[in-house]
Amino acid sequence: MKVTITVNGKETSAEVEDRTLLVHYLRDVLNLTATNVGCDTTTCGACTVLLDGESVKSCTVLAAQADGREVTTVEGLAGEDGTMHPVQKAFHEQHGLQCGFCTPGMVMATVSLLKENPRPTEEQVRAGLEGNLCRCTGYHNIVKAVLAAAEETA
Amino acid sequence: MSVLGTRVVRIEDPRLLTTGATYVDDLRIPQLAGAAFVTYVRSPLAHARITGIDVSAAAEAPGVVAVFTANDLDDVPPPPADNPLAEPLLAKDVVRYVGEPVAMVITETRAQGEDAVELVAVDYEPLDAVVDVEEAAKDEVLLFPEAGTNIVAPNGPEEFDDAPFAECEVVIERTFRNQRVAPVPMEVRSAAAAWDGERVTVWSSNQNAQTTRMIIAGGLGVEPDKVRVITPDVGGGFGAKIGVDRDTVLVAWAARRLGRAVRWTETRSESLIAMQHGRAQVHKVKLGGNRDGKILAYRMDFMQDAGAYPRVGPLLANFTTLMVPAVYEIPTVQIRSKVVLTNTTPVGAYRGAGRPEATATIERLVDIFADEIGMDPAEVRRRNLIPADKFPYTTATGLVYDSGEYVKALDRVLEAAGYEELRAEQERRRAAGDTKLLGIGLSSYVEVTALDFPNGETGRVVIHRDGSATVYTGSHTQGQGHATSWAMIVQDQLGIPMDKVTVIHGDTDAIPVGTGTYASRSLQVGGIAVHECAVKIKEQARELAARELEADPADLVLDTDSGAWHVQGVPGTKLDWARLAELAGEDGLTADVHFKPSRPTFPFGAHLAVVEVDTETGLVRLVRHISLDDAGPLINPILAEGQRHGGIAQGVAQALYEEMAYDAEGNPVTASLADYSMISAAELPSFELLTMETPTDVNPLGVKGIGEAGTIGATPAVQNAVVDALSHLGVRHIEMPATPERVWKAINEARGSEKRAAQ
Repeated sequence: MKVTITVNGKETSAEVEDRTLLVHYLRDVLNLTATNVGCDTTTCGACTVLLDGESVKSCTVLAAQADGREVTTVEGLAGEDGTMHPVQKAFHEQHGLQCGFCTPGMVMATVSLLKENPRPTEEQVRAGLEGNLCRCTGYHNIVKAVLAAAEETA
Repeated sequence: MSVLGTRVVRIEDPRLLTTGATYVDDLRIPQLAGAAFVTYVRSPLAHARITGIDVSAAAEAPGVVAVFTANDLDDVPPPPADNPLAEPLLAKDVVRYVGEPVAMVITETRAQGEDAVELVAVDYEPLDAVVDVEEAAKDEVLLFPEAGTNIVAPNGPEEFDDAPFAECEVVIERTFRNQRVAPVPMEVRSAAAAWDGERVTVWSSNQNAQTTRMIIAGGLGVEPDKVRVITPDVGGGFGAKIGVDRDTVLVAWAARRLGRAVRWTETRSESLIAMQHGRAQVHKVKLGGNRDGKILAYRMDFMQDAGAYPRVGPLLANFTTLMVPAVYEIPTVQIRSKVVLTNTTPVGAYRGAGRPEATATIERLVDIFADEIGMDPAEVRRRNLIPADKFPYTTATGLVYDSGEYVKALDRVLEAAGYEELRAEQERRRAAGDTKLLGIGLSSYVEVTALDFPNGETGRVVIHRDGSATVYTGSHTQGQGHATSWAMIVQDQLGIPMDKVTVIHGDTDAIPVGTGTYASRSLQVGGIAVHECAVKIKEQARELAARELEADPADLVLDTDSGAWHVQGVPGTKLDWARLAELAGEDGLTADVHFKPSRPTFPFGAHLAVVEVDTETGLVRLVRHISLDDAGPLINPILAEGQRHGGIAQGVAQALYEEMAYDAEGNPVTASLADYSMISAAELPSFELLTMETPTDVNPLGVKGIGEAGTIGATPAVQNAVVDALSHLGVRHIEMPATPERVWKAINEARGSEKRAAQ
């Protein structure tokens, strides 16, 4: 089937299998490889992107379900001039990443979290990121980064 | 001012945050254009004889390029005849664990591979499986009948001498399990291969390109110079990506057989059952001491579950053995170990690799001993810790602890935690009959880092004519931040700003000799190699500058703030690095060093965990975690903290949540992240870190390793805290992970015995 999806502001279109997942459309059709696949069970959140502004795990969304809609990945977050989004900047400044594999999903989940709740408490941040797993950071600096980004954007 | 010791944010981050890293599965390069995809057929049985494999249906399936079984592997060296326990590339006659690769399907797309593996019909004749390590040690079911035993590497005395225990006022005997856990790097195993004539390039998600190259060359039966290994960005390793599995060797083999590029990325479920696991030891222990708190004798008789093939099992047991005496001065220490094969996934290195196991056990025993003699566990530790004036200290296992301040570390943690107030709060809650009890757990630890110390590391620094520098390192990063640290070391020595330093690693064509990143060795071996390169370059530059400025080399000064040389007292005439590289001429300004440390180092510390245990549900919540991890001077405190945070989380996870479990038939029951309880942000508090810097004399920067510290210290502190919360009920021990079910049962058993006592 043919899908047309606006990704990071640009309209894209391709013929895909019915079963093609959004994450594979992004990675294999568009070569946007920042969005990662970390599990088979929608548990780890490495594939988190925004679909019409809401965070979704793109490994359990069919490309067909995104047809005619807008997707934002971490590649589309920084400004045209390369200026990092406040969330990206906060992750950098707070050392909120190590190997970087969970990072794109973590950043997108954070963008979505702060949209819903611009001034979260530490506890709310921890609960809000429960669906995004990281093996490197112990979450300590990720939580700090989210709180710093909230401070910056509020 | 030196950049070392300052909080420098990572130079590698902007790329990772904006366009994403480039892991193997992300490679979109011409060599891999049109690569076929590998999917493995894995054994669904823990132990079985293969009586036939029919690949005909799979071969006809859409997109299938080829299906290979062990019979197709006719052009690789056979397993060595003198090793009956050798691991084949594909299982031929017998499968020994669920997840063992039996056949490989090569398809045009990943999805076609998932369809086609279902069509490979393997006939299995089930054999009895042995899953429990103690059962396996009885040798009733043999994994390799020709070997005659499942026991691989027995070590230690036939009989123990009981006399030292007979003289003790208190003797405790216990059996502890250090459960099997999965390393779970967020990036699973992944590889790709493309041949160009007689030479193959393999891209692999791995902690060391050079070892991978040797293993692949050996597996294929080609000379190492016919293999180039590139390890691009790596999404975590934690020890599980040291060396390379047969799954990766086969990718290179299939690319050769097909004359076509091939790639492979496993699924998470495959990763959980087929990538090596960690820990998996059973410790039978005996500890004796007097009522004054002095520990006099300690015995550890343990088994390492190696899984279905030995791999590094003997090494893990050896690491545990070495660290058995831990932080304490104990007159008698007795150790025996066995490495035992079971019908489970092979066990390998995982953050700490053999060392956390030793610490977990003695720290649990010290608490039980303290309980038994009615003394505060902090006081028992203080009375037995090796005093600061005894360093360097030679242990019963022959290690020489370089430097340490164990009592100070413990006291600082106690003070920061407000230990007395915590105990008072604990008492208040108990007295009030609160259903949320407080538990306070301690651990003191010492670990060994760069234990492979005879293995050196390669460093090379090149200064270019634009004044920039390139660093080549045999070390590797899977998130530790080498690019930043190595650049800081160069800036510190040479005054070349970090943003003009490029760090290259993980390509055997660029760095043919290297050992990689594991055992917390990177900084103290690889980092020191870079440091020594910079020192050498400085001396070369001094000579060049002296010649140019017609001065005595001894009078030349490098101003590291501006990165320029001048004659002492004549700051007006300067030579910068660009000019010096030019003066060096054709040969350039280059230094190569292969640094070999003389000894390993021994970081140490203390952790204190505070938990709340809900007596109604058995749920444990970690509410505070205070740690002091001393690894000598810190090059970049931000990076060191990051390593500690990650380590603590993994340590807490082992104590409370994570376990890779099998049923009695050897079926893994935690084969997805929906079942394997990996720790998330919601289960953790922010950690409270204390610093102390006790240098080592083993290397010129005085640095030790920090990568595994958090894990080693955290696990026993948390486990001790859980038991401590319930100790007044008579609970003496709870196995890891302290799941709500286990905790609830322990509470109920203790209450049952209370009731019985009252009757």
